[in-house]
Formats: sequence, C-alpha cells, structure tokens
Amino acid sequence: MTATTLSGRAQTVFLDPALVRRNRIIGIVLLVLAAVIASGFGIGVEGNAAFNLTPPRALIPIGSLIVPVAPYVLVIAAIIAFMGVRLLMKSGSRYANLLLGIALALAITAFLTWATAGKSLSLIGLLQATVVRAVPIAFAGLAGVLCERVGVVNIGIEGMMMAGAFTGAVAGSLIGGVGGLVAATVVGGGIGLLLALLTVTYRLDHIIAGVVINMLVLGITSYATSQVLVSNRALNQAPVFRPIEIPYLSDVPILGPMFFSHNIFVYAALIMLLSATYYLFHTRLGLRARAVGEYPRAADTLGIDVFRTRYINVMLGGMVAGFGGAWFTLGSVGQFDENMTAGRGFIGLAAMIFGRWHPLGVLAAALVFGFADTLQQKLVILRTPVPAEFLAMAPYILTIIVVAGLVGRARAPAADGHNYEKS
Amino acid sequence: MIITLDNITKRYGSFVANDSISLSVRSGEVHCLLGENGAGKTTLMNVIYGLSKADGGQISIDGKAVQFASPKDAIAAGIGMVHQHFMLIPAFSVTENVVLGLEPTLFGDRLDLDAARKRVRDISAQFGLEIDPDAPLEGMPVGIQQRVEIVKILYRAADIMIFDEPTAVLTPQEVIEFFKIIESLRAAGKAILFITHKLNEVMEIADRITVLRHGKVVGEADPATTSSGELANLMVGRPVSMLVSRTEAKAGDVVLALENVHVTDGTSKLALDGIDLVVKAGEIVGIAGVHGNGQTELIEVIAGLRPIVDGRICFAGGDIAGISPRERHRRGLAHVPEDRSIAGLAVTMSVAENMVLDSYYEPRFSRFGRIDWSSVRKAAAQLVSQFDVRTKSVDASAASLSGGNQQKVVIAREMSRPIKLMIAAQPTRGVDVGSIEYIHKRIVEARDEGVGVLLVSTELDEVLALSDRILVMFDGRILAEFDSRTADRSLIGLAMAGVVTQSQTHAPEIAP
Amino acid sequence: MTTDIAVRPAGFWRSELAGSVMLVLAALVTALVVAALIMVFSGVSMPQIGLALTSLATGSFGSPQAISETLVAATPLIIAGLGFVIGAKAGLFNVGVEGQILIGGMFGLVAGFSFPDLPMIVHLPLALGCAFVGGALLAGIAGWLKVASGAHEVITTIMLNFIALRFVDFLLRNPPVQNPERSDPISRFVADTATLPKLFAWFDPSMRVNLGILLAVLVAVFVAWLLWRTTLGFEIRVMGANQQAGRFAGMNTARTVIVAMMLSGGIAGLAGATLTQGVLGRASPDFAAGLGFEAIAVALLARSHPVGVVFSGILFGALTAGGRRMQVAAGVSLDLITIVQAIVLLCIAAPMLIRTIYPFLFRPARES
Repeated sequence: MTATTLSGRAQTVFLDPALVRRNRIIGIVLLVLAAVIASGFGIGVEGNAAFNLTPPRALIPIGSLIVPVAPYVLVIAAIIAFMGVRLLMKSGSRYANLLLGIALALAITAFLTWATAGKSLSLIGLLQATVVRAVPIAFAGLAGVLCERVGVVNIGIEGMMMAGAFTGAVAGSLIGGVGGLVAATVVGGGIGLLLALLTVTYRLDHIIAGVVINMLVLGITSYATSQVLVSNRALNQAPVFRPIEIPYLSDVPILGPMFFSHNIFVYAALIMLLSATYYLFHTRLGLRARAVGEYPRAADTLGIDVFRTRYINVMLGGMVAGFGGAWFTLGSVGQFDENMTAGRGFIGLAAMIFGRWHPLGVLAAALVFGFADTLQQKLVILRTPVPAEFLAMAPYILTIIVVAGLVGRARAPAADGHNYEKS
Repeated sequence: MIITLDNITKRYGSFVANDSISLSVRSGEVHCLLGENGAGKTTLMNVIYGLSKADGGQISIDGKAVQFASPKDAIAAGIGMVHQHFMLIPAFSVTENVVLGLEPTLFGDRLDLDAARKRVRDISAQFGLEIDPDAPLEGMPVGIQQRVEIVKILYRAADIMIFDEPTAVLTPQEVIEFFKIIESLRAAGKAILFITHKLNEVMEIADRITVLRHGKVVGEADPATTSSGELANLMVGRPVSMLVSRTEAKAGDVVLALENVHVTDGTSKLALDGIDLVVKAGEIVGIAGVHGNGQTELIEVIAGLRPIVDGRICFAGGDIAGISPRERHRRGLAHVPEDRSIAGLAVTMSVAENMVLDSYYEPRFSRFGRIDWSSVRKAAAQLVSQFDVRTKSVDASAASLSGGNQQKVVIAREMSRPIKLMIAAQPTRGVDVGSIEYIHKRIVEARDEGVGVLLVSTELDEVLALSDRILVMFDGRILAEFDSRTADRSLIGLAMAGVVTQSQTHAPEIAP
Repeated sequence: MTTDIAVRPAGFWRSELAGSVMLVLAALVTALVVAALIMVFSGVSMPQIGLALTSLATGSFGSPQAISETLVAATPLIIAGLGFVIGAKAGLFNVGVEGQILIGGMFGLVAGFSFPDLPMIVHLPLALGCAFVGGALLAGIAGWLKVASGAHEVITTIMLNFIALRFVDFLLRNPPVQNPERSDPISRFVADTATLPKLFAWFDPSMRVNLGILLAVLVAVFVAWLLWRTTLGFEIRVMGANQQAGRFAGMNTARTVIVAMMLSGGIAGLAGATLTQGVLGRASPDFAAGLGFEAIAVALLARSHPVGVVFSGILFGALTAGGRRMQVAAGVSLDLITIVQAIVLLCIAAPMLIRTIYPFLFRPARES
C-alpha cells in the first residue's frame, strides 16, 4: 500500500466574493468622495486658511499654520482618489477599512480648511474642546465596556450618568465638590447594583432593564428638579472643579494644552481608561471577568462565581458612569438641568462598539466623537454656508458611518446579553 | 485513591434522571459508564462535579463523605472533568484557558503568564501532550482542544478524571492517540471515569464497565468476560441491529453534479477546494469526514446559502448558480440541516408552523398573501401521524418536543413535497435509538422511491450503515471514494485523517 | 401508534388573561405606593398627596372630559407601540420610534398644508399615507444598514433619532414649513381637510378625542391580522424566532428584515401624524417629547402583543392625563408619572418581583 500524506497546496488564490464586492463599493465611494472634495472645497476657492497654534491663555504666541486652501484640498482629493483606484484594482485588499478611515479623516481636514478659507481658527482651542467633549463619552463607553465584558448589556448608562449629574449637583451644593463627586460615584454604583439585581438575579431582559433604569432616573431627577430644586436654589449651586495645569507636561506644545491643562475629570478619565486596560487584560480578576462574558458555563465549571463577577463589574461600570455623570454638573456648569445628559450615554455605547470593547479603543472613539461635536460648534462660528442643524447632525452621521462602514459585525463578548442559569 | 458513589438520585420535577446510582473508581483504573443518549450519564457527571446537587445519596473519596456545593469544591477534592462540549474560551490562548480559575499571580493581582506558560509546557512534556501554550483556541482542531482540556485538569492536579463522550468529535486516528493518553494517565495512577455510548471503545479501554439505562444501573461487567452484543442489549434494553435492512441500490439518472466547486469560508480562505461530486436518483451517497473539513460549506453551497466562487453545480438538469434557495426547494431539493435548533426549526413556534416553514406561501396554504391556517393544521396533523411525531397537538411549540421528535418534524417537512434530492446532514444527532432506526428507515425508503440522497455525517457507523457509495472529505476536498459493499473501516478512517492509497482516489463521473 | 391531534382554531388569545390583569393591578398599586412615598420624601403634605392621588383618578376616568383626555394621550402611544411590536416580532429592537414619530409627523404636516383644496376624503388619507412613508423611510435606513453591513439597529436608530430631531429643527426654521407669520420655529397649521376630526365635537366642543383613537384600534387589528394571518407576518415572526431557520427554509431574510423595519417605522410615523394632524395641528421643535420611548415601554408592558398594546397604551395615557390634572390640582410635578410608569413596566417585565412582594396573590400557581 502506497500511502501519501497530503502536503500543502499551491495554486490560484480565490477571493471571497463578499470581500471583493465590499472593496469595490468602498473604492467607488472613495472616488466619489475625492470628486466631491475637489469640486466642492478646492476648485475656485481663493485664499489661505490660518490655524492658530497658540493656547488661549498663553503669553508667547507660537504662530499659525497657514494653509493655502485650493492646493491643499486638491492634494487631499488626489490622495483619496489614488486610494480609491488602488482598491478597485486590488479588490482583494485587506486594508479597505483602514483606507476608508484615513480617507474620511483627510476629507474632514479638507473640509475644515475650506471652511476656514480667508479666516483664522484656533487649532489648539479645537483640540482642547475635543478632549473636553470626549470626556463624558469616554466615561460612558468605559462603563459599557465593564458591563459588557462580563456579559451584561447596559442600555441604562444614560440613566446612570444622569443620576451622577444630579447627585453631583445636589451633594456638591451641600458638602462641596469632592463630596459631590463621591456621592455621584456611589449613586452610580447603586444603580449598577440595581441593573445587576434585575439582570443577574431576576434574569430580566437586559434591554428592558436598561429602559426601566433610564425612565426611572429621568422621572426621579426631573421630578426632584421641578418639585424641590426650583424652590431651593441653594441645592443646585455646586462648585465647579477648576483646571489644574500639570507642571512641565502642560508646557509641551499642542499636547500640553490638549491633555494637561484640564480639570480633574479629564485626568480621571485617562487614569480610569488605563487602569481598566490593565485590570481587564493583565490581572487575574480581569481574566476571570472576561471569561464570564465569553463563556459563563466554562467559568462556572472552573469554580468562578459567575453571579458575583457580574455583580461586581456591573457595579464598577455604574460607578464609572456616575463619576462621569458628575462631569455635567461639577465639571462644567455646576447646576443640574432636566435631561442634561442629552443622549451622551447612548453615544458612549456607540463608542464602546467602535472601540471594540477595549478601553483604549473607547478613548480613540470618544476623541473622534468629541472632535465631531466640537467641529460643528466651531463651524457655526465660522459661518459656513451649511445650515447649523445639519452640522449638528455630524456626530450622529459619523457614528452611523463608523458603525456601519468601519466596524460592521464587530464581535461582542460571546455571552453578551445572555442571562446565566446554573444547571 | 478511590471515589465511591452511593445511591445517587437526581430528579428534575417528576422526572428521575438518576435513580439510586452506585459505583466506584479506583486509582489506576478506567471505569466505563455506558449508556445511550438520555440515560442519565451527563446528569450523574454534573452531580459528581458539583454542577448540580443530588437529591439523595452520598459521594465519598477514600471513605470520607464529601459535599460539593460548586465545581470549586470538586476541583479542590481532586476531581477534574473533560466535558462533552469543551469548556474552552475561543477568545483566549491555550495558557489562559488552562490557568483560568487558578492563576499564578505577581504583585497587584497581575497575571504571571510566564509562570503559567512554563507550567503548561511542563505538563505537556510530562504526559506527552503536545501543545503550543501561546496558540489561540479559535480555529484549533478539536483533537488539540481536547488536549488543552486534559492539560487543564492536570494543571489542577486532579487524581480523579471524568471524560464525558470524549471521542465523539475525534477522527479514528485521533481516537488512537487519545487512548494512548488515557493509558499514560492510567499508568500515572489516575482514577478515570469514561462516559460513552460506543461499545467498541468500551471493550478496548475499560477495566470495569457499568451500564446505565433510563437513569438506573442495569448491569456491571468485566470486559474480559463479556461481549459487545451483551452490552448492547443491556444498554438499549432490547436487541438492536446496527445494520439497516436495505436492498441493492438501483441508481438512475444524475440529479446532482458538482464540478470543480470552490467556496471560501467568508474570508479569503478556501473551504471547498475543487469538489467534484455526483449523486444519482435512487442512491445514497455518504460523506464521511471529521467535522470542519468543508461538509458544512458543501451542504450550504448546494442549498444556495453560500456563494460559489468557482465551478458549476447542476441540479435536476440545469446549472443552479445564482438561483435562490426557494427556487431550489421548488425544483425538488430537500435539506435536513446539520443542527436542527440552529437552522432546522423555530423552536418557539408551533409544530404546525414549523411543518410549513418552507411551503407556507404555496397555493395549498395561502391565497393573496393570507395563510389558511386550517389547511396548514390539517396538513401538519397528517404529517405528524405519518411520521410518528409524538406531540400533544400540532399547536404545541416545537420546543416541547424531544430531540428525536423535533428531528422527525424537520424530516417530515422536507419529505412532504415531491423531491428529487435530499441532503441529510447529521440526521440523527442527539436523537434516541428508536428515532434513529425510524429516521434511517425513512431515508432508505426515500432512496427506494428514486430520490437521490446526500448523507453527511461525522458518525462513521451511520455512513457505513446507510450509504451505497462513501466519499471521504478532508480539508475541503473529496479525498477518497469507497463502495460500501467492500469498504474497509480502517481505510476510511485513514482517509478521514488525510491519508489515502492510490486505488481509492476519487475519480468522479462527469455529468453530461 | 395513532396520534390524537387536537385541531382547534388558531388564536392569539391566551387563557392567562386573568393572571395578567392581576399582575397589572398589583404593579399599579406598587407604583402608586412608591409614588406616594416619593411625595412624602419631597415634602408634599399628606392632604396634598391625597389630592394628588384622587386627581390622578378623576383626571383619567372621572368624567367624559377626562376619558377624552386619556384617549388623546393614549392614541400616539398605542400606534407607536404597535410600530415597535412589528419590529420586536422580527427580532428587531427599534429604539428609533421617537425619530420616526417626528419624521412621520412632519411628512403628514407638509402634506397636510400643501394641498388645501383637496376634499377631506382624499386629503386626510393622503396625509396619513405620507406620514407612514416618512417613518418607513427613516426606519428603512436602519433596516438597510443592518442587512448590508450588520450595524446593530439599536445604535443606528438612536443616531437617527438625533438626526431626525435636528432635521425637524431645520424644517421649522425655514420656508416652506415655518409659519410665515412667526419668527420662532413653529410650523404652519395643517389644513382642516387633513385634520383628524374630533369625535364628540357635537356633544362638547372641548372634548379633544379624535378619529386617531379609532385609527389606533384599526392599526392594532391590522397588526394582529398581519402577524398571524398573512405570509408576510409569518415571515416576520420566523425572523424573530429563528432567522437562520427562515433562511434555510428559503425565505429572503434581508428583504423581510427591511420590510419589517419599514412597517415598524411607518406605523410609528402614523403616530406622529396623530399629533401634527390631530391635537397639535402644527409642529414645534421636539414635538414627540419622549413619546417614542414611552411607546416602547407600552409595547414591552404588553409583552409585544398587539391587542395588549391597546390596553397598556390606555393605561399609560390615563396616567398621563391624570398626571396633568394632578399637576394642576395638587401642584405635584407631572414627572412623577414617569416614575410610576417605570415601576409598572419593571413589575410586569419581571413578574418574579411582584410574586416576591405579594406572594398571596399568586398562591394558586398554575402548574404547567
């Protein structure tokens, strides 16, 4: 008997038809984008755009970045067109998403240059505001990561943040900013406990549990605002945390004002995101938490308490959301208004997905959303011909493009949203 | 070291899953627990492992009574278990999977992955279990995954090892490897409890045998003094024949022909790499092979659920590339999917609704988009009695049926219209013995009526019992072809592992 | 073996009706007790609390006028809830009801003032049809994105809500929608021929209940008929039960998902029309005011059953109508009602909670 073992095979490479189709579509999209940019923002536009690099309160001016609009835009359009053509020719490319992302980023710079033509825009101010606006989204996204990594879907982040904002304002008015912050964190953790109770112990559908939490918190905070706070103004006048300039680091050009001259919330967000990364991916407890979110029965057979792990992490998530919620009051205006979180919790969920359930991914995503949010504000100031309402849609349209185009079927923790029953 | 079970009883409501079961396992012996699906083997294992609590009876280790509130206690008492469905996390690496729950740490709860990796290497060297500690679990062959499971319990220094249906997912060659590992574990003085429903394995590996039926111990045996026939009778409670009675096939025209079919697995990796295949009317073509060698993709591309990258598929005389799944159904394609709960049934819906899942739009059931439920219900009732589906009513939810009866619903639905080709994928997985016989009989009947049958099964016995021709799939190709009258089990087993001799090489007739 | 098959008529009525009513009552009592406690803690005096609770009752069912207000509040909740139900049956969580109400309402509004010369018999259905189309288009985007790229509908519909809100703002600030006599973002009025007529104007002109409530009942019957009597409804239910099984049985899952989403959004759009073509008669910024989210609660409360939605919609409508009376009569903020609604939903979604609180109510447990 002559036995032959099969060796590796070398022959033509077959491409997945879905991938080819997708790459073709992206290629065409890039070409269209290039055409739109060139004709809309480049051809026939006169003048330069001045991007001011001097921080707002700086004594020594650093100067401005002067960009000639038409040449810059046309170069960008050419690069995007090149990427599009390349995708059409090499339709098996694995980098289509990356190219699309780069193209979108370049397109935004082109748009910004066009909008600034003949005017001046503080680039530092733009970046600084981006970081500030990213803060609540980062907290919300991190809260989502902590919950979903153990398999609990948290639609209630919005409510948790609103509770944090409210508690921050009231407790802050009574016992000062730090006390307010602690109280907001505790209340957030309490709501996390409620979510864990409903989903883990009572096995309620996670989305219903989140909807209930959002309604409950919206009801309670609105009721308390109109019933109590309106007539007791002293309960709604919390101190606001002042920016702290980090010595030396805040003097670094661009990065200094961007990251190191903010109030405590920005630093807390960065620290929490880094610690969460360490916790989830480098510690024993983090490994166990992820195991529970991936395959709870396997974790159970190894003696890991699924319920306790879920309780603890969901409460942690609630505390992060509560702390982040306090940003709305203690970190910015010092006063609570009804429904003041305005959907930031939901954007945070989108940031979590965009960031692929990773704290650092959340940071990147939050910065993107923060930038979109800031951009629309600055563009209104620059008086672009685009109506303000449409500019205000930008962050949401961006989210849709990102979730649909770049992320697609990103993989959530395998047991996300599934209740666990012991056998 | 000896673990003793004394009168273990476990009830679920009024159903007694384990009825006063007593047995013991000593160091250095392999004790086989034999029983068919639903005999209560897995329930018993869960009790031993602390996953569920017994309603009565006592477990003791070395004469000392023990109580396990959770697997943690069982692990601490030196018990390790390899579950039938691996308890491994695909997103984790081998090392992470092994140490999970008992992780070496440094200061600040930091995982000491270096120490963990070293332990994994040590254990795999000591017992001859070759694995890469850093490999991700995702996409790993099941044989290797099983080694990870074994390393996992060795890492926990288990002296009592439970294996729940360990060979169900292995190729014959992997089974041989696996038995070597079992031998070395026995030699190392482990007490091994081996759960299976496969008689030949029991005869090969067991030191002692306990047979379980309907939750009760029905017999104990010594492999030296017993025969597999006796064991089979004990296990099933009546004499069974593994052979399906059938006559010689009268193969007719070609109904299905695949030529050089290529399919990707959703990325750019080829899942089918040039498949040539012919099924004729009135014959059963069996596809043998270890799960994950392209069978799923083969079925899906024929059913129209997966795009074809290159090649041609002809069904009932015409090329069917680009034709919708529904149109393929209309032209006479029946498809019993691999996993009924994933793709065969909507279990929360009623039996009647499941019976018309693919035919609800036909004029006999609906007009102008409005479904006539009374005719659906009548047709369903007829199918239920025709196919002996045991259900309270056609309005009962499919979830309320046993696995065997659920599968009969799927088969009844697929055979309820005129068909030319039937794809039967794992038609008897998770089905009781009675239903297996019934389903096999139905498949043979369909063949005798002139239907071409493509049977895909990872159970070699099933393929051998039913097929007229046997094709072996390996790594996205058809490696070998056998005539079932002359087929040699061991040669098929070799082919399933990718080893073929020249004479068996598959040379298909090309369809006209 | 002969199998005895009971052939009984199909129906969506379950015999658990009595148990459900008991559950709802228990949930309501619990919620009101919590509400009373909250009032105590927020410093409302005892007599005022009593007044608040009684005006909650009288303001919802105490008089023909009160019942009219209850039905007015219930109308958009029921219709939008039914929209959510269609999505839920297909396994889609349409959180975009709010935005679909807005866009549907705007489409109805624009059609409602654009053709002032049409007779009502043409104009009213035309405008309602436009509202349906508006909602369907918005939801269709989310459905298409889900099919084409796998983007989760919860995320896309939430974003579309924000986009719809901004879009409505834009329309309200610009011609032709903005009322030319106003400088603030307020729309023109819908023509009388496209306005849902009041039902009891002949009896008491101040009774605002209009044709919308009948439309709501009609939509409920339609949705139930669609889901349980038609091939499309069957396909939709299979998508929710096991999409893969549907695909394997030859259904066009992509098409069904998009159609279900569009139907869901279209019906939510009709709910918007009952606002702009009904009690409001025009549009102002954010005229949906959270109704979409309340409607989701209404649908969840009815466990996504179309007939149940009518009742849960009336319950929430009654709470809102009663709450308004409570706010005026007892000076207790209407926001209390949101808390009551949340607790009712919580108790009904997690019946184990209620069984823990009131074990005696459920002692004769139905053995399954």
